[in-house]
Amino acid sequence: MGTDLNKGGLTRRAALLRGASLAGGAILPIGLPTWAFAADYPPLGNFPEGVAGSTVFVGIDVPLTGTYADAGADEQKGIELAIEHLNGGNDLIKKISPKTTKGVLGKEVKSGAADEQAKANVAVQNATQFITDKKAMVVIGSVSSATAVALNHLAQDKKVIYLPGISGSNDTTGKDCTRYSFRACHYAYSASAAIAPVLLKALGKDRKAAYLTPDYTYGHTVYDSMTKFTEAAGWKTITNQLAPLGAPDYSALLLNIANSGADVLVNIGFGNDAVNSIKQAKQFGLLDKMTLVMPYLSPFLAKQVGADLMAGVYGTTEFWWTYGEKDATAKQFADAFKAKYGYNPEWGAHAGYLQIALWARAVETAGTFYPPEVIKAYENGEHIKDSTLGEVWWRPQDHQLVRPVFVVKGKKQADMKGPDDYYDIVEVVPGEGIMQAPDAFGCKLGEAT
Amino acid sequence: MLNWANFSSQLFNGLVSGALLALISAGLTIIYGTLGVLNLAHGALFMLGGYAGFVAFQETDSFVVAVIAGAVFVGIVGIVLERTIVRFFYDRPDEDQILVTFGLGIVLVELVRFGFGSLSQSISPPAWAAGVTSLGFMLYPTYRLLVFAIVAAALGGLYLLLYRTRLGLVVRAGIEDATMVDALGINVQRTFMTVFGIGAMAAGFAGIINAPIISITPNVGDDILIECFVVVVIGGVGSFPGAIVGGLVAGEIMSLTSMIDPSYSAVMLFAAMALVLALRPQGLFGTR
Repeated sequence: MGTDLNKGGLTRRAALLRGASLAGGAILPIGLPTWAFAADYPPLGNFPEGVAGSTVFVGIDVPLTGTYADAGADEQKGIELAIEHLNGGNDLIKKISPKTTKGVLGKEVKSGAADEQAKANVAVQNATQFITDKKAMVVIGSVSSATAVALNHLAQDKKVIYLPGISGSNDTTGKDCTRYSFRACHYAYSASAAIAPVLLKALGKDRKAAYLTPDYTYGHTVYDSMTKFTEAAGWKTITNQLAPLGAPDYSALLLNIANSGADVLVNIGFGNDAVNSIKQAKQFGLLDKMTLVMPYLSPFLAKQVGADLMAGVYGTTEFWWTYGEKDATAKQFADAFKAKYGYNPEWGAHAGYLQIALWARAVETAGTFYPPEVIKAYENGEHIKDSTLGEVWWRPQDHQLVRPVFVVKGKKQADMKGPDDYYDIVEVVPGEGIMQAPDAFGCKLGEAT
Repeated sequence: MLNWANFSSQLFNGLVSGALLALISAGLTIIYGTLGVLNLAHGALFMLGGYAGFVAFQETDSFVVAVIAGAVFVGIVGIVLERTIVRFFYDRPDEDQILVTFGLGIVLVELVRFGFGSLSQSISPPAWAAGVTSLGFMLYPTYRLLVFAIVAAALGGLYLLLYRTRLGLVVRAGIEDATMVDALGINVQRTFMTVFGIGAMAAGFAGIINAPIISITPNVGDDILIECFVVVVIGGVGSFPGAIVGGLVAGEIMSLTSMIDPSYSAVMLFAAMALVLALRPQGLFGTR
C-alpha cells in the first residue's frame, strides 16, 4: 500500500521533470544538427548529445534503502572515488586505464545517484531519467541481480552502456546478457566452482546440505551452481528453502531445515537477509549442529553479525582488502578508499571502482564515446595486466570479466588484527578455470547499433 | 517438509510469530477504531521503538531499560505527533489522513537513516534468554518463548485497560459512536491524545521486543505495516479481539504454508484476506 503511494509521487515528479526538459529543449536552435560536430559517427543513444559539452554524465543507480541498502551505499562510494580519481588524474586509475590523463577523453566526469530500493521497476525508472534528462553516457550500479538484468535490457534498448555493480546471477552474463552491459564481479558459477573444492577438502565428501535461497534469479542460479559442483563430489542436497527477498523472519524456514537432517547450511542470503537469517539460525540452535557456508558473501556481513558467528565460515568474495598485502595496486585502492571514507572497502565499493576504471579504459582505447566503438574496445580481448585484482580481461562473447575469485574463511575475534580484519584469504582462484563456456547459459548479446 | 515433528513445530511457531503481529496490529486498530485515522506511520513507530531501545541499550547495557525506553519514547512521540499534527486531520477526508501519516512515516524513517545510517543494528537478548529451550517435540529459541510471554502479558494489559477502566469505556463508546460520546460532555480531545499515545506505545514496545530477533534497519517497519493491515482486515477494522485473532491466524497461515512452500506464505496471507473480504467484508470480529 505504502509503495503504491510512493510510486505515484515519483511518477508525477518524473512527468514534471520531463515536461521541464522538453520546454528547455525547445529553446535550442533548430536546424543545426548537433552531431555534425562529432566527426564521423551518426547519433546513437545519447551520442553525441551527452558529450557535446565539456562534461560526461554517469548515472549511479544503487539501492540506498531496503534489504540491500548497506551494500548499495558502499558501492556508490567506490564509484564516486573512481570518478574523483578520473577527474584528478590519479595514479591508481592510470594503472588500470593507462591512456587516462584527466577525466575521460578530456571531459570532466559528472555523476548523480538515485535510490533504486533493490526493485527492478524503480531501477529502470531511475536509469530512464538519467538517460533522458541527464543524457547519461553510462549507467552503473546494482546489488540485486533482478535490477541488473532489467537494466541490461534497458541499456540495449536505449543504446547506453550499463555496468552492473554487484550481481551474482548467472543470467546477468547468461540468458539476459546484452551487448551494452559488462559485468566485472564474480557470480554464481565462478563462486561455486571456486569454493566447492575448498569445502570438499575442509568438510569432507559425505555431507548433507540444506539451502536457504533468496527466491529470485540470483538465489536460483547460485543454488544451481552450488548443487552442481558439490553433488558431483558426493554431497547430498536435502532441502532448498526459498525465501522472498527482504523477508524479516526466517523461523518457519529454519524449522524446516532443523527437521531435515542436514548437517551443512548453505546460506545464499545477501545483505540484511543474510544478517537476519544467520542470527536467527543461531537462535534456533542450528549453527551449533550444522556447518554454515556462505557461497556468495555479502559486504558488511561479518561486521553486522559479529566475528563470533562468522568464525570458521567459508565464503567467496569479489575482493578482500587484505589482498593488498600481496598486491600493490589492491593496496593502493584500499588505502585510498580508507583515507577518504574511514573504513576498508567492501566488495561493492571495489566492484564499482573497477567498473568505472575499466569503462574509462575502454573509452580512451576507442578514442570516442560513440557506443559501438567503446563496445569494440571492451571486446578487443586485451589483457589488463595491472588491476586491483592482478591480470584481468573481458570475455568478448558474453561480456563477463575473467577475474580471480577470493575464497575466504571467517576469523575468530581473538585472531583479528584490526576492526575490519574479519577474514583470512584461503585462496585466490584464477578466473580462467572456474568459468562456464560463454554460451552455456544462453547468452546472445544482440547488436551494437 | 511434511512430517509430524515439523507440523507441530510450525504450528507452535505460527502462534509465537502471530502474537507479535497481534500486538502491533492492536495498536493500529485501537487508533483507527477510536480516532478514525488509518495510521500509516505505525510501521515507522515500530522501527523507532527499536532504535530508541537500541540507544538505551548502548548506554545502559540493560535489556529491561531498553524495552522501557523504547516503549515510553515512542509513546511520547505518538502524543507529540497527535497534538501537533494528526489532530488537525480528524475532520479532514480519509485521503488527507492517509497522506499525512504516510508522510510522517517517511520523515521518521529518513531521520533515523540520517542519524544511524542504513547498516543494520542489533541488540542481544538478555543472557539468560539467549539459549535454546527443549519443548520435548522441538528445540525453540528461549528468547522467542519470552517474547510470546511478554506479548501475551502486554495484550492482557491492553485488554484490562480497554475493558476494565473508565478510559476504556470511553474509547469503546467512541468506537461505537464518537458524536454521542462528545455530546455527553466527555473530554474527547484528551482521550484521543491518550489513545494515540497508547497505540504508538504498543508499536514501539513491539519494535524493541522484536529487535533481538530481527536486526533493526530504518526500513524494518515497512513490511510489518503491510502484514498488520492484513491482520486488521482479517480480524475486523477497529476491533481489539479481531486484532489478536487476526494476528494469530496470520502467523499460522504463514508458518504452515512455509512448511509446504515458503514462497507461497505471503500469497496465502493475502488470499486469506481476499477470502475474508469476499465472505465477511467487516472482518471476523468487525461490526460495521
